[in-house]
Amino acid sequence: MTVLCLVERDGEGIAEASLRAVGVARGLAGVAGVAGVAGVAGAPVTAIVFGRAGHDGVDALAGHGSGAVYEVSRDAVPGYAPLAWARVLAELIAETGASAVVAAGTDRGAEVMAHLGAITGLPVAANCVSAERTGVEVVTLVRQRWGGLLLEDAVLEAPVALLTVAAEAVALEPAGARTPVDVRAHSPRLSDGDLAVRAAESAGSGGGLSLATARVVVGGGRGVGGPAGFAPLEELAALLGGVVGVSRVVTSEGWRPHTQQVGQTGTRITPELYLACGISGAIQHMAGCSGARHIVAINSDPGAPMVSQADYALIGDLHEIVPALIEAIKARMA
Amino acid sequence: MEVLVCVKRVPMVGGRIVLTADGQDVDTRMAGFTISPHEECAVEEAVQITGRLGGAVSVLTLGSEASIDQLRDCLSVGAGRAVLLETDGTEFGPIATADAIAGEVRLRAETGPGYDLVLLGNEAADTGDYQIGVRLAHLLGWPVATGIKAIDVGDSGGNGAVVRARRQYRGADEVFELALPAVVTVKEGINLPRYPSLPGRLRAKRAQIERRPVTWRPEGLRKQGLRVPAAARQQSTVLGTGVTAVPALVGVLAELGVLP
Repeated sequence: MTVLCLVERDGEGIAEASLRAVGVARGLAGVAGVAGVAGVAGAPVTAIVFGRAGHDGVDALAGHGSGAVYEVSRDAVPGYAPLAWARVLAELIAETGASAVVAAGTDRGAEVMAHLGAITGLPVAANCVSAERTGVEVVTLVRQRWGGLLLEDAVLEAPVALLTVAAEAVALEPAGARTPVDVRAHSPRLSDGDLAVRAAESAGSGGGLSLATARVVVGGGRGVGGPAGFAPLEELAALLGGVVGVSRVVTSEGWRPHTQQVGQTGTRITPELYLACGISGAIQHMAGCSGARHIVAINSDPGAPMVSQADYALIGDLHEIVPALIEAIKARMA
Repeated sequence: MEVLVCVKRVPMVGGRIVLTADGQDVDTRMAGFTISPHEECAVEEAVQITGRLGGAVSVLTLGSEASIDQLRDCLSVGAGRAVLLETDGTEFGPIATADAIAGEVRLRAETGPGYDLVLLGNEAADTGDYQIGVRLAHLLGWPVATGIKAIDVGDSGGNGAVVRARRQYRGADEVFELALPAVVTVKEGINLPRYPSLPGRLRAKRAQIERRPVTWRPEGLRKQGLRVPAAARQQSTVLGTGVTAVPALVGVLAELGVLP
């Protein structure tokens, strides 16, 4: 049974969140525990890319379990048009007889899958962390609620299972066996209405490191004390090749822009290291940073939740420790 | 401009979330209730838009009678009218919720000045379904944009009023232009919501709440139960106190391979 996976590009490559989604899609491509139903768990996934996947992109998709890639040309769908993207997915469901469509639960993934749910009248299970086909039209899944603070065990009963994947909560798992990838062009049949809402990129910003994909995030919370207190954190982040993230109180106070907020209503981060300075660790904040591989807390309060939830903690005043840490790292580099 | 804002009553979760004994719901016996930060921002945005362009803000929720508290909170910060789509407390799925809201939008078009803009939070804080706004737009045949961090209502130059809705994508801004009427879901950060004023609170207390019953129906996605995820991390290691512990921290960072 064909499983489709909407794949997003990131610069020249494939977004890591999408590769994680392909991994979950792989598990849906067969039927577990149902005798007499065709399909083998872990069968190849059919990826859908808007624009070109590129040589490296196809290679990455193959390595994560895609057996086929549909490319939708930029001539047919110029840029990001959520409804048009969903129409393409609906067309490909019909064309391939797909039993499931999966996307990473990114802004775009969530939006396109919601459109697909509305077009088809089917339910959409958002932010799944695992999913397994347990019957012909039945998928048993675990999904996030409360930004991942709770898990919901659920059953999705639908002719085509539509789901998004909470990418920061699932592992990036290369497929065991690679299959040759069949790259096909798909020419969609779209109306003007499907393209009426589409993204125009505005000038400015862009480039640089993003909070969502940074390898190191230096976090600052109430303990930073005010807008001026962020200079050492910026310096430390730059030194480590990372970016600054902040807690909700910092953006609510207007000390830093909301784009830097880590949390349930901000950005979910998945760095190698999250260095949380002066952040108490409110539950909404933990929803945003629990995808970090390692957490180190610097906090003056040994009883702060962040201290007990971190891998490592250093107790003390961040205004003394962060400058000392910068000096120590510089000395090591010299 | 007639703006409808849709909000949802959710428990205020503090340090941790406690579940009911049967694992079906969050235990709210000790909890206060609120609406999500996204929705607080949606209400504020509607109040600002109508402040600039004239018109009125209506606020709607789907839930039990207790949700009237959250409607009054919204009235106290500038909404002028409130509608409760009243349930018996059963959790509605996204398809039924969007249907119920669409019913209210159609009713308003028949009986009063129709809505020009419907605002929602990008996702509900609790169920996090990320789809009600889009489903609502499809039911109404309106354009929609989600996850929006800036809204500008203007004239398209010939085609009537449009909304320019901006959000961030991989560090760059992207802008969607929607002809009104339209649905927009917003995220925290679009504005800084105001606090209620005393006159606002008094007005909210006296305001009439319009109540209409809605009926639940089953959907293809069915909750079996909730659980708190197992702690991913082991006991944390305290490296020490004050600057004397910095060398130990440098050692840890070197071990993690994050030092330049």
